[in-house]
Amino acid sequence: MARTDLQGTLDLLVLKTLASTGALHGYGIVVHIQRVSDDLLRVEEGSLYPALHRMEQNGWIKSEWALTETNRKAKFYRLTEAGKRELAKAETSFDELVKGVRAVLRYA
Amino acid sequence: MSLIRRVMNLFRHSQVNREIEAELRAHIAMRTEENIAAGMPPETARRNALLRFGNPTSMREQVAGADAALHLEHVAADLRYAGRQLLHSPGFAFTAVITLAVAIAANAVVFSVLNALVLRPLNLPGARSLYSIEQTGEPVNSYPDYRDLRDRNRTFDGIAVYNFNDAGFDAGGNPQRSYIYEASGNYFDVLGVHPYLGRFFSSADEHGPNSAPYIVLSYSFWRTRFHGDPAAVGRTAEVNRHTFTIIGVAPRGFRGSELMYAPDFWLPIVEQQQIDGTSTLDNRNDRSLWLIGRLKPQVTVAQATGDLATIAAYLKKTYPVTDDGIRFSLARPGLAGDMLGGPARAFAAGLMVLAGLILLAACANLGSLFAARASDRAREIALRVALGSTRRRIVRQLLTEALLISAAGGACGITAAVILLRGLSAWQPLPQFPVNVPVNPDATTYAVAAALALASGLLFGLAPLRQVFGTAPWEVVKSGMRATGRKKWFTMREVLLVVQIAACAVLMTSSLVALRGLERSLHSDFGFEPTRALVVDTDLSMADYRGDRIPEMQRRMIDSASALPGVGAAGIIDNLPLGLGWSITSVYRQGTTDFRTATEAAEPAQYSITPGYFAAAGTTLLAGRDFTWHDDKNAPLVAIVNREFARKVFGGLNHAVGSRFIAGAKGKTVEVVGVVEDGMYISLTEDPRPAFFRPMLQVPLSSTEMVVRTTGDPAAVAPLLDQAMKKLDDAMPFGLMTWERQLDSALFAARVATIALGVLGLLGALLAITGIFGMASYQVSRRLREMGIRMVLGAGNRQVLRAALGSAFRLLAVGSGAGMLLGLAATRVLAAIVYQASPRDPVVLAGTVAAMLLVGLLATWAPAQRALHVNPSMLMREE
Repeated sequence: MARTDLQGTLDLLVLKTLASTGALHGYGIVVHIQRVSDDLLRVEEGSLYPALHRMEQNGWIKSEWALTETNRKAKFYRLTEAGKRELAKAETSFDELVKGVRAVLRYA
Repeated sequence: MSLIRRVMNLFRHSQVNREIEAELRAHIAMRTEENIAAGMPPETARRNALLRFGNPTSMREQVAGADAALHLEHVAADLRYAGRQLLHSPGFAFTAVITLAVAIAANAVVFSVLNALVLRPLNLPGARSLYSIEQTGEPVNSYPDYRDLRDRNRTFDGIAVYNFNDAGFDAGGNPQRSYIYEASGNYFDVLGVHPYLGRFFSSADEHGPNSAPYIVLSYSFWRTRFHGDPAAVGRTAEVNRHTFTIIGVAPRGFRGSELMYAPDFWLPIVEQQQIDGTSTLDNRNDRSLWLIGRLKPQVTVAQATGDLATIAAYLKKTYPVTDDGIRFSLARPGLAGDMLGGPARAFAAGLMVLAGLILLAACANLGSLFAARASDRAREIALRVALGSTRRRIVRQLLTEALLISAAGGACGITAAVILLRGLSAWQPLPQFPVNVPVNPDATTYAVAAALALASGLLFGLAPLRQVFGTAPWEVVKSGMRATGRKKWFTMREVLLVVQIAACAVLMTSSLVALRGLERSLHSDFGFEPTRALVVDTDLSMADYRGDRIPEMQRRMIDSASALPGVGAAGIIDNLPLGLGWSITSVYRQGTTDFRTATEAAEPAQYSITPGYFAAAGTTLLAGRDFTWHDDKNAPLVAIVNREFARKVFGGLNHAVGSRFIAGAKGKTVEVVGVVEDGMYISLTEDPRPAFFRPMLQVPLSSTEMVVRTTGDPAAVAPLLDQAMKKLDDAMPFGLMTWERQLDSALFAARVATIALGVLGLLGALLAITGIFGMASYQVSRRLREMGIRMVLGAGNRQVLRAALGSAFRLLAVGSGAGMLLGLAATRVLAAIVYQASPRDPVVLAGTVAAMLLVGLLATWAPAQRALHVNPSMLMREE
């Protein structure tokens, strides 16, 4: 059974973003998700940062301070090996969720 | 590691907050820039960025909250909470801490002993390449053989020889008995030690007999006798009335090449003539010296053994009379070769296994204690899970409690172990010999103890987890039911408990058997009567008595002792039976001309005695006569033999008196004039051993023991005897004690075994009690409600007790039965150490059963009380 919730979905989005971009800071993640989803998804800052710190404590991502292109110091996040495994799990889980919800919508 | 990070975070708490703030500020700044780039005026751009972000303070707290889940502050909070929880149930905490402390202390002590005796025998540089060289299974060699080994080997960097002795030491005024090593010149070089002060003697000092009158003091002797005065080096001192120069002090902690013998000083073995009065250095047949060699680098034990075999072949061919059948082998040094080392190592390893079992048992007990506790707290935990606490939080909570217990238990255990080991290191088991076992704990001991405590903490801490999470929380909350699993035939816990009860019963049986054996030893027939007798231990050569002056002085000692009031008889013997020294001589039938092992008639113990010894010792003369003072060197050579000797050599008591035999290869023919009863001579567990006695006037010796038989309390005679001896010669060092005290050395092994087994038996019992206690309280708390209902329905105390404790007692019965059977088998091994150790002793069997019943009663008392005092109405209302 797919176990997922809204928080899980946010984690999935963040992990996927970091997987495709390498290292990115919080603001970059917000912008990336918004752009890639054609403005359909807008990540709330109020949820993003606690989620980032929680994932870091879980060992899925790690952070370091570095300079942005505009020479500003920012905290960059990067996927760890554990994060990659978590991402794979979360993707499967999400696929099942979508399938399940579709099935319910079709027959209900 | 994350824990380190957490600790760091704790110290930089404000810094963490600053970091979060900086991260959030960077975000707002970037959003503002983007907004400006998109064409907003700066003020609006910033407002927009802040608006999207929401309340920065609450945001910062949320982020910090995500970080905080694993902060050390929470570990501290967990610890505080766990501490409070444990204080709420002091009985549980106390039992758990004591159980663990006992197991850790036992393991630390036994490990230290193992470490001291087996793992690092000699605390010397490169000790791994040091080996004792044994000859035909005995750790002693002759000096001429030693010279051949030293000069002909190709596999040793060096081989040193040494011997133990005692000597009168006088550095001005006060002569005292001291204990020494006589060692070859290369001794210190082979061992690789360097002097603390001055210099050591070396091979360059040896120029034949009596050429090197030097002594090297041990550090502790230098501290006690010379108060650590550096000027002691260079001074002279009298050793057995011969002048020696103190040339150096050995480093602290260096006690020579034997682990348990702490000498006062070392002197060159070429001085043997001066010290002993005689020299054995030219006698290839006198094997009394100990060899230690250092292997060359990269030489294996097998190569060295092969090399020694070549030398043995040469010796056999060159000296067929003395070295026939000789072979050499290597043994780990430090414990008198394999003679003491073999049994000591086996004993230490056996103890370690037992200690390991105790630790396992302790873990099992703690597991069931924790399980009982978790069961009592099932509701609390279920409630917490239901209220949203994560499993992780609860696991952490339980583990914190377990670790707190293991830290406390480990600390108590290590403290107890250190105290015990200090005592053991200071213990001098043999009153007349400087023997002790230095087993001070080292870093390895502490590390092992701490690791054991931690590992067992995790082990028993995790035990109840399955039980906690195996039950659905809603079930527990709903029904208030204690965790009910499927009933299996055996749970792991029950198996462990049975094993541990069995181990406890084994230890009980063994220690009772040992105790009974020891008790019997104390009252067995030694062939002499140690009660109401005093022993004066002298070596007349220490006061420079030589030649004819020795027997003359011995006679004066006997006469002055016999004249004291309260003294029945007095006599002198060279070595007390069951004492530390003995001598074995081959005897041959009259007319033998070919002296080989195959032609000898017996290998009896040989003693040299004065007239009056048998009367003083309480040994019964069975036939013939005692010696008189006329059996001197001008009279025909005579001997008195024991019954076993008479049986073996002459075919019976009646044929002995008047018969003759040859004492020693190519020895003199002596005539038997008397037969005495059999006795014990070398060890309490020996088979009947032939022995013969020669008159001291015909076999004179300077180092002797005078036995003084008292008619009343020996303590009353002792001061008189002390005065009388001092009056004879105030420069003569002597020792005075009761014969019973002197016998301690014979009982030493049996005593150590009994004490060790007794202590382990007690520990085993303690653990069995906590184990059964844990199990029984678990059962009772699981079924408390059921008990209440049964009582309401009219069940009597007996039914309630059976329901509550039946399974605990069943386990006790099964475990005790198995343990006693094993114990009966195990005590066969004990027979080698303890006199007449027989497991088929009704006292032992009854004692074990009684002890196990007592264990059961003690362990189930509190749970039984709890079960009986259930208040059904209270219990029902609670639900």
